[in-house]
Amino acid sequence: MSGADEHAPSSYVVGIDLGTTHSALSYVDADLSEGDAIASWDQELPQLVAPGQVDARALLPSFLYLPHASEFTDADRTLPWTEATANPYIVGEFARTQGAKAPGRLVASAKSWLCHSGIDRRGAVLPVDAPAEVQRISPLEATVAYLGHLRSAWDRDHPDAPLAQQEVTLAVPASFDPAARELTAEAAMRAGLERVVLLEEPQAALYAWIARSEGAWRRDVSVGDVILVVDVGGGTTDFSLISVRESGGSLALERVAVGEHILLGGDNMDLALAHLVRQKLEAEGKSLDAWQLVALAHGCRAAKEALLSEDAPESVPVVVPSRGSKLVASSLRTELTRAEVTRVVLDGFFPKVEASARPAQRPRAGLTQLGLPYAQDAAVTRHLAAFLARQANTTPGNTTFARPTAVLFNGGVVKSTLLRTRVLEVLGAWLSGVGAPLPRELPGADLDLAVARGAAYHAYTRRGGGIRIRGGTARAYYVGVESAMPAVPGLEPPIRALCVAPFGMEEGASAALLAEDLGLVVGEPVRFRFFGSSVRRDDTVGTVLDRWADGELEELAELEAELPTSGRTPGEVVTVRLQATVSEVGVLELDALPREGAERWKLSLDVRHDVS
Amino acid sequence: MAEQSLSFVSRFVLAYIAFFKILFDGVFAARVEAARGEAHAPDVPALQLSNPQLPKASPPPRLREAPTDAALQLLALLQREGRFIDFVQEDVSAASDAEIGAAARVVHDGCARALKEHLELSAVRSEDEESRVTVDAGFASLGVRVTGNVRGEPPFTGTLRHRGWRAQNVRLPQIAEGHDVSVLAPAEVEL
Repeated sequence: MSGADEHAPSSYVVGIDLGTTHSALSYVDADLSEGDAIASWDQELPQLVAPGQVDARALLPSFLYLPHASEFTDADRTLPWTEATANPYIVGEFARTQGAKAPGRLVASAKSWLCHSGIDRRGAVLPVDAPAEVQRISPLEATVAYLGHLRSAWDRDHPDAPLAQQEVTLAVPASFDPAARELTAEAAMRAGLERVVLLEEPQAALYAWIARSEGAWRRDVSVGDVILVVDVGGGTTDFSLISVRESGGSLALERVAVGEHILLGGDNMDLALAHLVRQKLEAEGKSLDAWQLVALAHGCRAAKEALLSEDAPESVPVVVPSRGSKLVASSLRTELTRAEVTRVVLDGFFPKVEASARPAQRPRAGLTQLGLPYAQDAAVTRHLAAFLARQANTTPGNTTFARPTAVLFNGGVVKSTLLRTRVLEVLGAWLSGVGAPLPRELPGADLDLAVARGAAYHAYTRRGGGIRIRGGTARAYYVGVESAMPAVPGLEPPIRALCVAPFGMEEGASAALLAEDLGLVVGEPVRFRFFGSSVRRDDTVGTVLDRWADGELEELAELEAELPTSGRTPGEVVTVRLQATVSEVGVLELDALPREGAERWKLSLDVRHDVS
Repeated sequence: MAEQSLSFVSRFVLAYIAFFKILFDGVFAARVEAARGEAHAPDVPALQLSNPQLPKASPPPRLREAPTDAALQLLALLQREGRFIDFVQEDVSAASDAEIGAAARVVHDGCARALKEHLELSAVRSEDEESRVTVDAGFASLGVRVTGNVRGEPPFTGTLRHRGWRAQNVRLPQIAEGHDVSVLAPAEVEL
């Protein structure tokens, strides 16, 4: 590392929440913290809120706007740091409000695109609907822009401790695949953050709960508890199971399972309500344009929060402001009733279902538009049932699903008491059906900032303070090798999956060398199919799977390798073995080692896959 | 200011020099004039200061122009978040109460959000309105005004009619150099 290590470590450790809809940065002063008493702060994030106006907020909306050359003057885009006007984009609150009025120039949900295997994630593809003249950017660049903004805000307030040299924990969804993790780490490097470690978001939420309790968490859980983290953010839903164990006489936490990537969140709920209200207005002969629908979704969010609280009113008025200056004459007013919100949000997104329920999978139409792979089933509870069933073997007892004993909620949506109660109710029904005790709710932290604060606490534990959640990688990984068999027309040769990385590899650990010899052709690109499994936790390196159950293995981005020709003749077949390593950052790396010689060639995850 | 008296001879010499200097050096003369005014100030009874009819013997408490930038900025903020200007500029005489009520929700929600974000408001007096309260001497500088039958000497006891509002903290967005704050809301042209 270039010079960073020569500096005396500062007393700060930093946590970053790079959310789908909002980003935040929190930090802990390790010198002022002692044991359970943590001295932590949230970084103020100056951002454009209107042309020429900069305001400091706790959250940076993860939106990026690509303005037209004549849209704003340089003065309009001034930020407290000088280099900002050089950027061809605007980030934060103003990007979001302006983007609602000119959606063709708005980049949103870059994080979800970063995890989308159907696109070239380094390619300039966003915004998807941009007019041809707009200089599009890649999901990676958008991520660099958000991190760069956080860095500038930090550096301005801490000139003696630039973020580049701080120990930073960056939270990513637990369901991120190795390629998305690698891209996030790369974005951090490109934003100038040199000392980054990745952490799963649900773990960050649990760390925030630990930090906030100032030690009292040890009374709230005991050995044998299994904590289910339900993280429903603006755009994604993430589940994790964390078990409470005993280690050397004290409590230890271990993350035992993570869920799949589910693109389903609070924004979907607001939009569902907005469409309902739009139908009501259209029935009265009033029509809405796209901007008004966005305004309506905002209004519905507020109404939803009011109607899903305890002792909620029967109905809440929703007003869609006029676009023109005649506010009184042209605004549209309607009402959202408690029954409607209950039907759409509570029963639509959190229906009471059996433990055996599974999310519906509609086959996608042959020609789909380039878009995010949104969850096809909107029911969070059905996704939860599927997750617990898949992870049945993580908890003791012979059941068809894992049995959590406590629930920690995270994310803006679950601020609503009724939603939390509904999840607990549904889960409770499943558990009492098998004679297990009802789950209890762990008191959550500030749901908007919990992930950033938890990440900062994690960075603090890496300095030796506080308690660490153990876990390592959340999946076992496999390379696909075609079986040698006579070609049969119309039949793909069957594939075998060889385990290269077992479940639960910690940062900095290397897996054993895969004993199987693989032949690579010098000078020719070679591709391997690559799989992950979040359920096969006992496979070791070299385990061979000839067949696997549906959903047991998930196909990930392909691995590519191109052997350098130096010292070899092109076309020559070299016998190699594979070895997996998890870097200090938390990124999975695969190397090919020739049988002879001490070389190591890195295999890269193909993130340039284009939609076919 | 440390005042030191000069001897008669020194004063005489100084007066002689000063006479010509004042006569021929306008800048010096102006400074002497200013020094005279300053020396006078403590001698003027305080009462005269507040009486604009009396000749100006010394600088009275000045009235200053309030900076307009922050006012315009706050207005723009209320318009952006809560459509405040649209609302008060519209002719509502023909509108129904239901229409005004619907629009008022937009204004109320938005302006409340803007105020919450940028001002920290608190009541001047924490007691319940309509309760009996006592105000001590010096209340005027504490943001309390007495009304009704005002006589005698404080402390006064009376009924709290309004709790008052105080901005504990104002935090407006920073403005870029050269930004035109007089545009409270830009005209929008959809292409």
